[in-house]
Amino acid sequence: MELEPKKKREKVPRQPMPEQSPLERIKNFNEVPLGYSEETAMLEASRCIQCKKPTCISGCPVDVNIPAFIKLIAEGKFMEAARKLKETNSLPAVCGRVCPQEDQCEKQCILAKKGESVAIGRLERFAADYERNSGQISIPEVPSPNGKKVAVVGAGPSGLTIAGDLVKMGYEVTIYEALHKAGGVLVYGIPEFRLPKSIVEAEVHYLEKLGVKIETNAVIGRLRTVDELFDEGFQAVYIAVGAGAPVFMNIPGENLSGIYSANEYLTRSNLMKAYLFPEYDTPIVRGKNVAVIGGGNVAMDSVRTALRLGAENAYIIYRRTDVEMPARIEEVHHAKEEGVQFKLLTNPVAYLGDENGWVTGMKCLRMELGEPDASGRRRPVPIEGSEFVIDVDTVVVAVGTMANPIVPATTTGLETNKQGYIVTKDEKGETTRQGVYAGGDIVTGSATVILAMGAGKKAASAIHEFLSGNEQTT
Amino acid sequence: MNKIIEKTDLSENVVKMVIDAPAIAGKRKAGQFIVLKIDEKGERIPLTIVDSDAERGAITIIFQIVGKTTAKLATLNSGDGINDLQGPLGQPTEIENFGTVVCVGGGVGVGVVYPIAVALREAGNRVISIIGSRTKELLILEQETKDVSDRLIVTTDDGSYGFHGFVSQALENLIQEGEKIDRVFAIGPVPMMRVVCNVTKPHGIKTIVSLNSIMVDATGMCGACRVSVGGETKFTCVDGPEFDGHDVDFDLLASRLRMYVDQEKEAFEKFRCECHGT
Ligand SMILES: Cc1cc2nc3c(=O)[nH]c(=O)nc-3n(C[C@H](O)[C@H](O)[C@H](O)COP(=O)(O)OP(=O)(O)OC[C@H]3O[C@@H](n4cnc5c(N)ncnc54)[C@H](O)[C@@H]3O)c2cc1C
Ligand code: FES
Repeated sequence: MELEPKKKREKVPRQPMPEQSPLERIKNFNEVPLGYSEETAMLEASRCIQCKKPTCISGCPVDVNIPAFIKLIAEGKFMEAARKLKETNSLPAVCGRVCPQEDQCEKQCILAKKGESVAIGRLERFAADYERNSGQISIPEVPSPNGKKVAVVGAGPSGLTIAGDLVKMGYEVTIYEALHKAGGVLVYGIPEFRLPKSIVEAEVHYLEKLGVKIETNAVIGRLRTVDELFDEGFQAVYIAVGAGAPVFMNIPGENLSGIYSANEYLTRSNLMKAYLFPEYDTPIVRGKNVAVIGGGNVAMDSVRTALRLGAENAYIIYRRTDVEMPARIEEVHHAKEEGVQFKLLTNPVAYLGDENGWVTGMKCLRMELGEPDASGRRRPVPIEGSEFVIDVDTVVVAVGTMANPIVPATTTGLETNKQGYIVTKDEKGETTRQGVYAGGDIVTGSATVILAMGAGKKAASAIHEFLSGNEQTT
Repeated sequence: MNKIIEKTDLSENVVKMVIDAPAIAGKRKAGQFIVLKIDEKGERIPLTIVDSDAERGAITIIFQIVGKTTAKLATLNSGDGINDLQGPLGQPTEIENFGTVVCVGGGVGVGVVYPIAVALREAGNRVISIIGSRTKELLILEQETKDVSDRLIVTTDDGSYGFHGFVSQALENLIQEGEKIDRVFAIGPVPMMRVVCNVTKPHGIKTIVSLNSIMVDATGMCGACRVSVGGETKFTCVDGPEFDGHDVDFDLLASRLRMYVDQEKEAFEKFRCECHGT
């Protein structure tokens, strides 16, 4: 009896994800992967061998019970699968799309050792979408308020996660968000074609239904300080302001018109919907020859946005080789399919401009790989006399981000490290100031959605412990 | 949603609005600004907070109709709402008793320099104001400025009122008269600020300018607002908006302000057609 299905399982290959074709999709901003059908999802779910001691869970920063939700999908119980996911992951529709599963759960999947892992991310997305599209999102029962107030600064994945967790424990939670919309990088950074904004909106709406208050346009450090939040009666504050400040390369001509930080380029396009200009009021430069500097996910998002805005030539300029590129393989693959030109082992050293101050060219050096550096990757070294110019009219600098000092600089007793990130005592997010916790990119530096969420979860239980402890002593 | 409490036309294309914004009104200091977004599809634009009334919970803005967003804003009336209002942003003006200060305002910049004059006066300075416009009809806040200044000089480019000439020439005259000036605050169009800086530089008079860079988030997240000051890149929204004018690269500022001229024209035209069409 046992043998039959097992044999069958082994025959089923990992189910491919249906996608918009490259030629079609570069003309629109719609999502590229289309999602599994019910049949495909069940078939893919049937590949999971339901390990007694599942290794996949150890690869998940929020401990999703992966075999359990997959089993439910295999049985056709899609709503229940979604609920199972939501027991530990408050944003499954987001994570199913943007998590680097290949480095996490899927990497640990036992099937990966012999062949291809179960497509855990795609199944997660399927279940979450199924529930959302059904319109029957269940709102769990929230305990009656315990009378304690927690403030969350920043409505990115970390802030949203902790807010959901704390409200479910009976806390009164208010999120203060600097921008006019909640979601953090999910709304301003990651493009529509990778993460439809309606999904983020639905998740935010869900939290509001749970009772989380979200105050937008509230820049903490300006409108109110963290100290003032305590004065107003909050008993704990969680800081999750991300690593939002852009890094530039400080090379000559970098302030010429037509040169953007990735943050600005993506914010204009995603948050402000500049790709729909003039229907929406925010403009963006629709360059013909666009160079994006960097090799991470942010660079891939920028270059693929440039293509969709009508670029004839869209380049990735990266100083190492594709082996060292930090972007997800899937994203690089998508970018290549769409016609992005990769100029590897290339580093810009200066920009050239015209009489109107507009960028016209980028002076570059060719590089070669030398000895490994501190990160263990081989250091790129310029090749002498290799200078050449690439003609460009738009440039997007995507070489990283750093901490925004507004909150740390205006909060007393909050220690930061040399780079300006908030120092925490342990992974529960306790900072050097009592009652103040922090997590996500503002602690780790630019990382991932799921790690930011994981930090929010841990801090939620730490804050719960802290505030319950208070009760006992008073 | 923030409600407009009062709306006044100060001249044919300059509008003053008092907006309900209690939290901002309670916090704001001279020199700071807000970012507003009118509606769902709107863009985010920065505007200086000209005045605030913490008791009434209101802030005042003054803007000139220069493009689609300001034109659309001008169509709103008291009782209407503005979707998003974020602030107070930027560093407050450094206010001290410097001695004698000259506040120079050009065009709608008069509205921006006015609250600074108020704060400087309160700090004990002797305040001389020079305010100017192209022509008499476009001059704003004359009486208000007069009330907070020890001396007021009004200029018009066409000589229709007051001194015939630019504010910079009036300032030059003041210096020639032997007036001992400890600090100048100059706010207005880029060419005006540049010329004022050229006037004060040879005399070593520190001159503070307030820059009107293009902004998106206005919290230091995007770099849209970057300017070069003393050879260093600064973000107007968090490091400014005020800088030492003698260090500002005005050419760069002017060229970056032109980055979207074509799109701005397109949007403005479309808006005007839609407005007239209905
Ligand atoms: C373009 C791009 C693509 C990415 N792609 C992926 C991906 O595919 N997969 C993945 O896992 N990760 C990806 N990441 C990384 C991931 O998005 C981040 O690690 C994650 O969003 C961090 O979450 P967070 O909650 O710490 O901060 P953020 O998402 O940065 O949210 C911080 C929030 O705080 C607000 N804020 C800042 N200052 C203040 C203040 N003073 N007062 C009030 N609010 C404030 C901000 O406006 C923002 O909304 C990407 C990042 C970018 C930029
Ligand atoms: S407006 Fe974005 S950094 Fe200043």
